[in-house]
Amino acid sequence: MMTGTPLLSLLIWVPVLGGLAVLAAGEARASLARWASLAISLVTLALSLLLVAGFDSSTSAMQFVEMRPWIESFDIYYQLGVDGIALPLILLTTFITVLVVIAGWEVIQTKVAQYYAAFLIMEGLMNGVFSAMDAMLFYVFWEAMLVPMFIIIGVWGGPRRVYATVKFFLYTFLGSVFMLASLIYMYMESGSFEITSLYALPLGMNAQVLIFLSFLAAFAVKVPMWPVHTWLPDAHVEAPTGGSVILAAIMLKMGGYGFLRFSLPITPDASRELDWLLIALSLIAVVYIGFVALVQRDMKKLIAYSSIAHMGFVTLGFFLMYAIVDRTGSLGGAAMGLQGGMVQMISHGLISGAMFLCVGVLYDRIHSREIGDYGGVANTMPVFATFMVLFAMSNAGLPGTSGFVGEFFVILASFQANFWFAMLAGTTLILGAAYTLWMVKRVVFGEVANDKVAALQDINRREFFVLGVLAVSVLALGLYPAPLTDLMSSSLDNLLNQALGSKLVP
Amino acid sequence: MNFVSPDLSPAFAEMFVLGMTCLVLVVDVYLKDSQRGITYVLSMLTLLGAAAITATSGVVARELTFSGHFVSDPMGDVLKLVVYATTAVVFMYSRDYLRKNDLFKGEFFMLALFAMLGIMVMISAGSMLSLYLGLELLSLSMYALVAFQRDSAQAAEAAMKYFVLGAIASGCLLYGISLLYGMTGTISLSGVSAIFSSADQFNIPVLFGLSFVVVGVAFKFGAVPFHAWVPDVYQGAPAAVTLFIASAPKIAAFALAIRLLVDGLGDLQGGWQDMLVALSVLSIIIGNLVAIVQTNIKRMLAYSTISHVGFILLGILTGSQEGYAAAMYYAIAYVVMTTGAFGLIIILSRKGYEAEHLDDFKGLNSRSPWLAGMMLMLVFSMAGIPPFVGFYAKLTVLMGLVEVGLTWLAVLALVFSVVGAFYYLRVVKLMYFDEARETGEPEAALDIRVLLSANAALVLLLGLFPDGLMSLCIKVFQ
Repeated sequence: MMTGTPLLSLLIWVPVLGGLAVLAAGEARASLARWASLAISLVTLALSLLLVAGFDSSTSAMQFVEMRPWIESFDIYYQLGVDGIALPLILLTTFITVLVVIAGWEVIQTKVAQYYAAFLIMEGLMNGVFSAMDAMLFYVFWEAMLVPMFIIIGVWGGPRRVYATVKFFLYTFLGSVFMLASLIYMYMESGSFEITSLYALPLGMNAQVLIFLSFLAAFAVKVPMWPVHTWLPDAHVEAPTGGSVILAAIMLKMGGYGFLRFSLPITPDASRELDWLLIALSLIAVVYIGFVALVQRDMKKLIAYSSIAHMGFVTLGFFLMYAIVDRTGSLGGAAMGLQGGMVQMISHGLISGAMFLCVGVLYDRIHSREIGDYGGVANTMPVFATFMVLFAMSNAGLPGTSGFVGEFFVILASFQANFWFAMLAGTTLILGAAYTLWMVKRVVFGEVANDKVAALQDINRREFFVLGVLAVSVLALGLYPAPLTDLMSSSLDNLLNQALGSKLVP
Repeated sequence: MNFVSPDLSPAFAEMFVLGMTCLVLVVDVYLKDSQRGITYVLSMLTLLGAAAITATSGVVARELTFSGHFVSDPMGDVLKLVVYATTAVVFMYSRDYLRKNDLFKGEFFMLALFAMLGIMVMISAGSMLSLYLGLELLSLSMYALVAFQRDSAQAAEAAMKYFVLGAIASGCLLYGISLLYGMTGTISLSGVSAIFSSADQFNIPVLFGLSFVVVGVAFKFGAVPFHAWVPDVYQGAPAAVTLFIASAPKIAAFALAIRLLVDGLGDLQGGWQDMLVALSVLSIIIGNLVAIVQTNIKRMLAYSTISHVGFILLGILTGSQEGYAAAMYYAIAYVVMTTGAFGLIIILSRKGYEAEHLDDFKGLNSRSPWLAGMMLMLVFSMAGIPPFVGFYAKLTVLMGLVEVGLTWLAVLALVFSVVGAFYYLRVVKLMYFDEARETGEPEAALDIRVLLSANAALVLLLGLFPDGLMSLCIKVFQ
């Protein structure tokens, strides 16, 4: 369906220009900056809802396509479009940004306008990443996003914020330059940066393997996969709550999105050849990082490690297809892996965002993230405790919450690939429950640990609203995931065809 | 033998600048210190007039005049326009700074204009002789400019170093030129080119002469291992002079390389390519690594310049039209970024105090969010982060490299640009994450603020709409 209004451009430029306007208005009137940012983020959310309303989920073709010449000297186009893979992620972006704006309302008191401007600009850039259909445009958004995030962690972050933010920046920058080299190489081969023409470009095996590995460098850092995950605990812990939420809920998804948009369809033969590597790294993330999460004493760090483990499920689901098709020939099983990965991305976006917001609520009151400084929070903050337990349960994959759906799909799919894959992936049900619930037990339940906890005030209406909205989404997605899976099924089927095909030069 | 009067029209801009500079020189003598503004206005008018002449000349093809010593072509016109604009920007940034430091003298403008004339002659050089004359006019003016702050021992030292090393480099270049002349019997670049296109290219004497020419070019660029003068001169010279040295002469160096290596010795590309590979790789590696440990921002920017020069050389060494266009685009982008960065140093400087320490940038965001935001854009652009112009400059160079099959060089350059990002990030860190050492907004006249904002906006606009400049650069090499 094609509409007259350039919805995708609006989704990118309304928040970016709005953010610049907030920035230009200056720090003098903080409340104006807050309300303006809320309005801009709500408008963007509304725009993304219009996108969903106009979306035709029966086709895998790109929709809402916009195409204008941009850099004609190199055939680079300003080309936008969404399919069933990008759309849910755009929706997640606009939704989470609204919550982040509300969550920072009273918490952020210094450089308010800059804070909100950074988040709004980032929202626009993230929408750009998910809707770019030209590889160079994608890269521009992908890199530009680092700038606001660098500032967010560095200015409003914790004590070791400088170390964390520089590490974050350099890690991701290093990963993505290899992708840039590959994109240039493919441009030389095909004469175009259009992603769809890269899909059609035949490539030899050696070239595919190198391109695949360079994409892996970019996306694995972003996901992040073991062993290039070490920036994430630092960045998550030091970032302000809003920054952690955006990082966990959306930025990590860009790595997963990259695998779906670039690696699988552009280098299908290399993906088939190297799927063992991805599966191995994913299983290490699930099992080993699960154990690492168990021993954390810092709540944010624990959630950060739990994010890595959960994202391991995403990459596991994406790369199971070759093993499944080789063993059983079942396309349905392969599709289930992909679908599980996608659902897991959306669900993890909601849950990890919610968990970081919960920690943020506690941190705003006591200014500590140490689990040991808490205990018996349920006695003084019963409403908050209810939310936290709910989100913890969904983090552990309790049926009925969104956390269950994705993990269940992926584990089912991995049974079709190899019993041992399923066996190892299944350990997450134990480990995830162990680290999450043990943390909740130590923080929320038990006797009131100290005077600070005794003096805690329960959440106010603003916090209740943010957590409530997330709780409803988590439950809705857990009980009735069909709208989401319907939205993306035809695009995923199409992707499966591409990924199982061959592009080798005859 | 009849004397035929040469066609003067292609060189009108040069003649105009020469005449006006002499006029500035004479008028300035009769001015009181308080009337020095007249010199400033006259200098600006010179630039404006030259720009008008060049812009309306409408050169579409290569024209030779003065018996082939002078060449006028679209590339030259574009480069000259960039040089006028750069010089004008330098004058505008410098005016207040010079006044505050009692340096607001006619000599500054006169020397800068002569240096610019030298650059113009180099850009339009059709023979090795005019190339060398232009280079010397530029260099001698530069030596004097660096030493221009007479009571500063540091500046004197820098000028001395610059002069001695520069003289050696000029000597090398001249020796190389003389060897080439000895082998070809002509100093005209097109003549040299014609001979090498038919003769056996790679004999030892040719390579010998070529190496000396490349050394001369590398010195003028400040490429490793001929870079030793760059940080010392950048640091020693007053900020206004550093601003000038860091910007326009890089265009001159680019023109020098194109005229000599491409126009004259294009058929020896196989010979100079390897030399330039070594120079550019060393420049990118050493420039980026050594910049990390600098505490003086002028020195840091000097090493950053060295790494940018490495990129420009990478574009030239491809030996393809796309590569030359990429190098030209890079050189112009570099000039835009670097004028902004030094402009900010000038703004932060006060009477008798150069804001040249990295710590002077601490907490700039609290003192002036606007200035910090502008510097943020400039710095990320230098680091090669999109959507700023520096990214596209790197991109075009890398595409040129991959096109001729030098993918390993592209990957190496990319990896070291990540290393380079570290020290650029440190500037952002100082401005945004650290507490300010002093309070209060830096004093700066409104016009300089507007200029800096325009400068940074240009970095962003050229990044959002890179095609105009890019296609221009590609067109002049077709």
